[in-house]
Amino acid sequence: MTGLEDLYREIILDHYRSPRNRGELPVPPALRLEGFNPLCGDEVVLYLVIEDGTVADVKIAGQGCSISQSSASLMSAAVKGKSVAEARSLIRSFKAMMSIHETTLAEPGSGSQETVGLDDKEAHGGKIPEEEIGLGDEDHPVDLESLGELAALQGVVKFPVRIKCATLSWNVLAQGLDEAEAGVVQKNQAG
Amino acid sequence: MANLTEQAPQKTGIGLDPIDVPAIAADFPLLRRAINGHRIVYLDSAASAQHPFSVIEAMDHYYGTSHANVHRGVYAVAEEADRLYEDARKAVGRLIGAPHPEREIIFTKNATESLNLVAYSWARANLVRNDAVLLTEMEHHANLVPWLMLAKERDLNLRYLSLDDAYRLNLSNLDRLMEGVRLASFTLMSNVLGTMPPAAVLVDAARRAGAVVVADGAQFVPHFPTDVASLGCDFLAFSGHKMLGPTGIGVLWGRQELLEEMPPFIGGGGMIRDVTLDGFLPTELPWKFEAGTPPIAEAVGLGAAVRYLEAVGMERIAEHDRALTSYALQSLSERFGRDIKIFGPDDPNDLSARGGVVSFALRDIHPHDLSQVLDQSGVCVRAGHHCAKPLMRRLGVSATARASFYLYNDESDVDALADALGEAAKLFS
Ligand SMILES: Cc1ncc(COP(=O)(O)O)c(C=O)c1O
Repeated sequence: MTGLEDLYREIILDHYRSPRNRGELPVPPALRLEGFNPLCGDEVVLYLVIEDGTVADVKIAGQGCSISQSSASLMSAAVKGKSVAEARSLIRSFKAMMSIHETTLAEPGSGSQETVGLDDKEAHGGKIPEEEIGLGDEDHPVDLESLGELAALQGVVKFPVRIKCATLSWNVLAQGLDEAEAGVVQKNQAG
Repeated sequence: MANLTEQAPQKTGIGLDPIDVPAIAADFPLLRRAINGHRIVYLDSAASAQHPFSVIEAMDHYYGTSHANVHRGVYAVAEEADRLYEDARKAVGRLIGAPHPEREIIFTKNATESLNLVAYSWARANLVRNDAVLLTEMEHHANLVPWLMLAKERDLNLRYLSLDDAYRLNLSNLDRLMEGVRLASFTLMSNVLGTMPPAAVLVDAARRAGAVVVADGAQFVPHFPTDVASLGCDFLAFSGHKMLGPTGIGVLWGRQELLEEMPPFIGGGGMIRDVTLDGFLPTELPWKFEAGTPPIAEAVGLGAAVRYLEAVGMERIAEHDRALTSYALQSLSERFGRDIKIFGPDDPNDLSARGGVVSFALRDIHPHDLSQVLDQSGVCVRAGHHCAKPLMRRLGVSATARASFYLYNDESDVDALADALGEAAKLFS
């Protein structure tokens, strides 16, 4: 089963079978965001609590394939307790590993019903040359070390149709961080 | 071509020679491919079927010797192109028993366009505010969205026949639902469940209500003997690419009286008798509905596909599909027991109201994961919502995996599917 072990690493299967931070949080204080992949029906619901510039709590609901759900679970474990800046940097590294530049992140602040997660990966066409897999590019080198367990998802890049499964939750997180910050700005202005 | 002799039309499946699958499969070049080191096991014909050499060669030959635009040229090559194009129309008409193939067979891009043609032309000219249209819960988006669009524009009243728990249409309130219906449109075979509704019952009820009947034959026509006269519908839509033909060509058959009355759908060259700066007169059937340069090579390819199907015999193909579907239902349930859930009629001994597509879930493994693992063994199945989202919602799932069979598949393909599913079950245990 060449390549398949790369896709379905043990860590991925583990997070799929026993997802971390599964559940819901009361809204508010939590933000609730949804990401949807209309092509295959994958759905990620993210509950996010940002306090003092930190990801104080995060929960994941929704359903979908092993890649979308394990990616969401790994993400939740990676960002919980981290600063917003660190979370953003993780998003950048993860996207770079998926060979997607930051400019293709979903447009922020367009409402939580917004469908995110469809990126332009396929627009680049067909198969990705082996040497480019998961290494980002000159401007966005991937710091695999900083990704820790998330690096397990690197094999997804060899299966281009599955990339949007892996990035779905990350697009939702990016949107959530933007909304949280916009909310803080609003509050400050109001106060 | 593999030992294919002209078959006299047969009324029953009894006593037919079974299909010689290895000989048939040898006619399909793509089936010689290896995928990930395995022979390809192509179980996605319901999405699009493969092509025999005769279809590919017919198109090559057309391009290499007889290509010119149709309906316009007065020179030998153009006349050949014309004849080939019109021959294809006659072949398609013959396959479905069209009383006037030369006027009633309209070439479109695909079944979707054929259904849109009916919606935009017949229905827009005939339906007004609050008119009722009857559909079913198991329609493909191609037979839903055009009606949803028109319903929005015209304020139509859309009604749906629901599914019962045995995945059959609930007909207990058919007459009540049919009351006042002006148009009924339903699939002759669900592309997800395999369910074939009792067309005669539906047509009868529609007739009593005075409704026009549209049949979506995209899944049915490629697999079963079809006769529009005995079906009793007014329109029949289907696609070339699901019946061994190329992509880019579909068919709408319509009753001549209705087609005559209908306004054109797409305007342009080829569909007019006269044009002035103030108006136009449409030309006669079928060209009234074939604006612009048509898919000529694709029509030629479809004609060759029809001849291939006829040579094998639609009765034999239907019988083959039934036997293989029965084998698949039996062996999947024997092998996986309660771990597999079939979405559709699942009795291997009753294939009377279902065709050769089998949708399933294996435990809670996501269909996309299943399909990915199966691909490693060369097994091609479809995973997704199959363009039937309302049906997915009714089934309570976001996607299913689906295997579908055709004349080039046999038991060894079903066995390969079962083995690959076994691998997937192990991986995700
Ligand atoms: C039942 C049914 N109707 C309509 C269609 C639409 O066919 P096409 O995409 O060729 O227009 C399909 C194709 O999947 C189908 O299965």
